[in-house]
Amino acid sequence: MQNQRKIRVLIAKPGLDSHDRGAKIIARALRDAGMEVIYTGLKQTPEQIVETALQEDVDVIGLSILSGAHKTLFPMIMELLKQKGLTDVLVVAGGIIPEEDVPEMKKLGIKEIFGPGTRTDKIVQFVFENVPKRT
Amino acid sequence: MPKIQEIARGVLAGDRRSIARAITTIENNSPKAQELIASIFPHTGNAHIIGLTGPPGSGKSTLIDKIIREYRRKGKTVGVIAVDPTSPFTGGAFLGDRIRMQELSTDQGVFIRSMATRNYLGGIAKATKNAAKVLDAAGKDVVIVETVGAGQSEVEIIKVAQTIVVLFAPGLGDEIQAIKAGIMEIADIFVVNKADRANADKAVMDIQAMLQLNNKEKKWKPPVLKTAALTGEGVPQLIERIEEHRLFLEKKFERKRSREKAEAELVEAIKEKVASSIIEELKREGKLEEFLQKILEKKMDPASIAEKLLNRKFGKQV
Repeated sequence: MQNQRKIRVLIAKPGLDSHDRGAKIIARALRDAGMEVIYTGLKQTPEQIVETALQEDVDVIGLSILSGAHKTLFPMIMELLKQKGLTDVLVVAGGIIPEEDVPEMKKLGIKEIFGPGTRTDKIVQFVFENVPKRT
Repeated sequence: MPKIQEIARGVLAGDRRSIARAITTIENNSPKAQELIASIFPHTGNAHIIGLTGPPGSGKSTLIDKIIREYRRKGKTVGVIAVDPTSPFTGGAFLGDRIRMQELSTDQGVFIRSMATRNYLGGIAKATKNAAKVLDAAGKDVVIVETVGAGQSEVEIIKVAQTIVVLFAPGLGDEIQAIKAGIMEIADIFVVNKADRANADKAVMDIQAMLQLNNKEKKWKPPVLKTAALTGEGVPQLIERIEEHRLFLEKKFERKRSREKAEAELVEAIKEKVASSIIEELKREGKLEEFLQKILEKKMDPASIAEKLLNRKFGKQV
């Protein structure tokens, strides 16, 4: 029988910021690239994001943050993912993340940070190329 | 990825990761899906499966959020499958139902899964029925299936759910809409949501007037309720009615309905098996193109070809 695998992506907005224009544009771009995109809505806790990723069995998590709290929230999210055994999920992030914080974020296991002005087709391509293969 | 039997065991133990993986396996129609379904099937049949359908924007997801909370207050565990449409052009989907239920995502007694139709028609996905079985086997007391925003003929949900709630919002149409066939006929319970808006009572009256025209004496008379999903008003009453319907099914014709459902499931399974075995065979022999060409050139119609292929496979039919 034919295997009809689809890439499932969670777009999540951690913390207290209410700006999700970017998150919605990314969600739309990934949708148009043939992926199934789940959006959490605003003001999510790390627990909510990780539980949602688990229930939805996503291949990719895209974190969008503009509040400046990434240095607090991202480590919590990455730690929870590890605790729940979701280690084979590709995590990327976008929003306002200063250049000097990027190495630290990548060390946490976040594969790529997409700053303002990134072309959506570049993000789509990155996801296609880096999504973990499942057997 | 763990072995399929491990996933099945995890599902039966209520392990959330296993439930998620099991649903993915079924959705992707992967080779192991059938083995998985076979091993959980004996453990299904305990959950009450509720279908919630209605037009886009009528408040289905928001109402489900409140329904879950009410069941949780009563100590019940709840599974949700929320279906949204797949783009017929790109194959992608934006699954936005769970935004309205997101506060409940960390409640260990609740499991919410978004599902794209993957171009299956009828308001649900092909995998919806078996995904509901996974949640059932995992021990959820109640499983709620939210269809895509449904208009008139998206009635596949009757093959999945035991109790169907059809949701409307005021101002969506006059009594002519209420006379039409399809979605209006499958409701066990009608709900007019956004009851705080003007015209809610008019919508209730239109539906009631339509129900009075039913000349067949039905044992279950669908009630018409009003809710305001944002505030939760009317939700306890809705749950009471759903429970009443569940008890009614147990007493009255659960057997008949279950039998009908079993028959429909068997027919579907046979269709799929027979169709895929014939198509696979044609592909192996390299004859698929030849037959498709015949259809395209209008030399033979699809039904005649199907008959010919069936005869070839099973011998001449009587």
